[in-house]
Amino acid sequence: MADAQTSTDTIAVSPETRNKDRGVVVANQWKLMWRKFRKHRLAMIGGIATIGLYLVVLFVEFLAPFPPDAYAANFTYAPPQTLHLFDNTPEGLRFQPYVNGYIVEIDYNAGRRNFVIDPETKYPVGFFVQGEPYRLLGLIEMDIHLIGPINQGDPMYLAGADRLGRDMLSRTIYGTRVSMTVGLIGVTFSLFFGILFGGISGYFGGVTDNFIQRMIEFLQSIPSIPLWIGLAAAIPAAVPPVQVYFMITLILALFSWTGLARVVRGRFIALKTEDFVKAARIDGCSSLRIIFRHMVPSFTSHIIAVVTLAIPGMILAETALSFLGVGLRPPVVSWGVLLQEAQNVRSLSQAPWLFLPGLYVVIAVLALNFLGDGLRDAADPYT
Amino acid sequence: MALYIFKRCLFVIPTLIAISIVSFAIINLPPGDYVDRLVAEGKNRGENMSEEQIAGLRTVYGLDRPITEQYIRWISDIVLRGDFGDSFRWNLPVSTLIGERLLLTVALSLSTLFFIWIVAIPIGILSAVKQYSIWDYVFTFIGFIGLAIPNFLIALALMYVSFKYLGQSVGGLFSPEYLDAPWSLEKVLDLTSHIWIPMVVLGTAGTAALIRTLRANMLDELRRPYVVTARAKGLSELRLIIKYPLRHALNPFVSSLNDVFVNLVSGGTIVAVVLGLQTIGPLLLEAFRGEDMFLAGSAILMMSMLAVMGTLFSDLLLAWLDPRIRLR
Repeated sequence: MADAQTSTDTIAVSPETRNKDRGVVVANQWKLMWRKFRKHRLAMIGGIATIGLYLVVLFVEFLAPFPPDAYAANFTYAPPQTLHLFDNTPEGLRFQPYVNGYIVEIDYNAGRRNFVIDPETKYPVGFFVQGEPYRLLGLIEMDIHLIGPINQGDPMYLAGADRLGRDMLSRTIYGTRVSMTVGLIGVTFSLFFGILFGGISGYFGGVTDNFIQRMIEFLQSIPSIPLWIGLAAAIPAAVPPVQVYFMITLILALFSWTGLARVVRGRFIALKTEDFVKAARIDGCSSLRIIFRHMVPSFTSHIIAVVTLAIPGMILAETALSFLGVGLRPPVVSWGVLLQEAQNVRSLSQAPWLFLPGLYVVIAVLALNFLGDGLRDAADPYT
Repeated sequence: MALYIFKRCLFVIPTLIAISIVSFAIINLPPGDYVDRLVAEGKNRGENMSEEQIAGLRTVYGLDRPITEQYIRWISDIVLRGDFGDSFRWNLPVSTLIGERLLLTVALSLSTLFFIWIVAIPIGILSAVKQYSIWDYVFTFIGFIGLAIPNFLIALALMYVSFKYLGQSVGGLFSPEYLDAPWSLEKVLDLTSHIWIPMVVLGTAGTAALIRTLRANMLDELRRPYVVTARAKGLSELRLIIKYPLRHALNPFVSSLNDVFVNLVSGGTIVAVVLGLQTIGPLLLEAFRGEDMFLAGSAILMMSMLAVMGTLFSDLLLAWLDPRIRLR
């Protein structure tokens, strides 16, 4: 495909069009795709949001003000504070970020504590402040956090606190790492299965193809969530969190490679009869070389688009399983695990900010969907 | 057509066998069986069972046999006698526990499916015919949101709103007074007044997906020459759309019903847990937590069968709509 337009410059065109389209004429496939992708505004926004989310994944410790398990029994269900950027100082309005403290009122009838924001107490807040030490990217020892209270130990709950007085903002940011990578790793697994089975199915055809297709039909005709629950419930309680994480992603991939396999198979079948594949065969290329040197590059772009569209499904599935209590388990922090806290309507009505991870799920899914849509359109730059 | 129906139904049999094997495999996956659990529970209460007692229990539940024999016993009881075994935990036949819940699951899935159709078809047509109009943008936006929000979150948000502002809980499929009442006309009416909340919650994603499918299909068809011909003939716009492009556009729509129905059964599990519905989903979750193996296995089997039946139904519908498929 990519070599098809080398001879186009012999076609007579007026000088104006030639100048305007010179880029198009000499551009390779990836450049053309980028051009098409850039025109898709939602996809651009989705792409930027996706990159942003994966940057969060990399720099979680720096972005989160506190460690995910830092609790404060005095601040159970403390409501979110507003971050004030400017303060009236004796010298006038100055840039001096702060948050207000809380006044605790005990409601004896309801048997709970109510927090009221106290405008009198101010806790200074700073950017790039010292906090809990950590290793950035697991390598560099640091203790600087993007934002945090200047005096360590001051309460700062920009997105409220949960049942144990843990900072929801920090926990949600930590949850980003687990939830976003579950999608990525799960898709890597299903890509592996998808290319393997789809490739075999499409390249060999015949009985093999028939068998694999029936298997895919079977897998697609059974409801996945009950099976996921069954498989996830089979993971023993004693298994360490990291292994649970990989088992869950593997379980998710077990049922989601089918869509990818279909795409790969379809492409293989469509390309098998293309002239350039025939030419390569006549040239004496081996099957492996034909597949990886000639066929795979021409549908990589499609695969990337399908993979991007598969990630949100993974994220949603993990969230659902963890929400039901059969997926990832605390102390692992993922969006689904956090939403488990929001399962109870009573605690939710008392602390609606427990929904925050849900908002992140929606943003991530939307961003990846828009991005995937744009990539799919751009994957065919010649149409 | 008859041949196609026959062939298609024949294909269901190996699928069902495979499903039963998968169900049975899954319930046997967790390490330790129900007797192990009973022993552990006994230990917590300070009762120590002797080896003979444990072995006796295994014999009672048939857990001492080889796994293939357990499977054959399990499946032949189901097929031949309609006996799904007993729930270890409830000490009741599984069929009693599942029966009514299965009925409610079917009712919920089917009514959601009709809800999706009724909403998605007109909106899909409208979005395509009036492409790039304000309605098109509004529905495309709502569609994206509907796809992105997991339905249990919608359920939670709805429960939060109704709890906070209406002071009542929206969960369940019945009012409390009808919960254990025998079936009567009043109970059915009560069901219809409760079912629409889970229906809407469960239907959002499917509706959004189908609107997008139908819109894309319609857009492809609307540019075809036969539409121009029909218009030139002087057909009214409404009749034209319903008679020609819609029929073509409905084909992929019907074939995508497969996925929609499977997703309904699958996604219904979580929504039912959140909203506290009396469907199979919550029972399944509880059965897995309690390692109640016959109950869990039957629940998975039932839900998968339901999905397979839905798939079969939509395939037959497609064959009826599209002669190319049944004559292939």
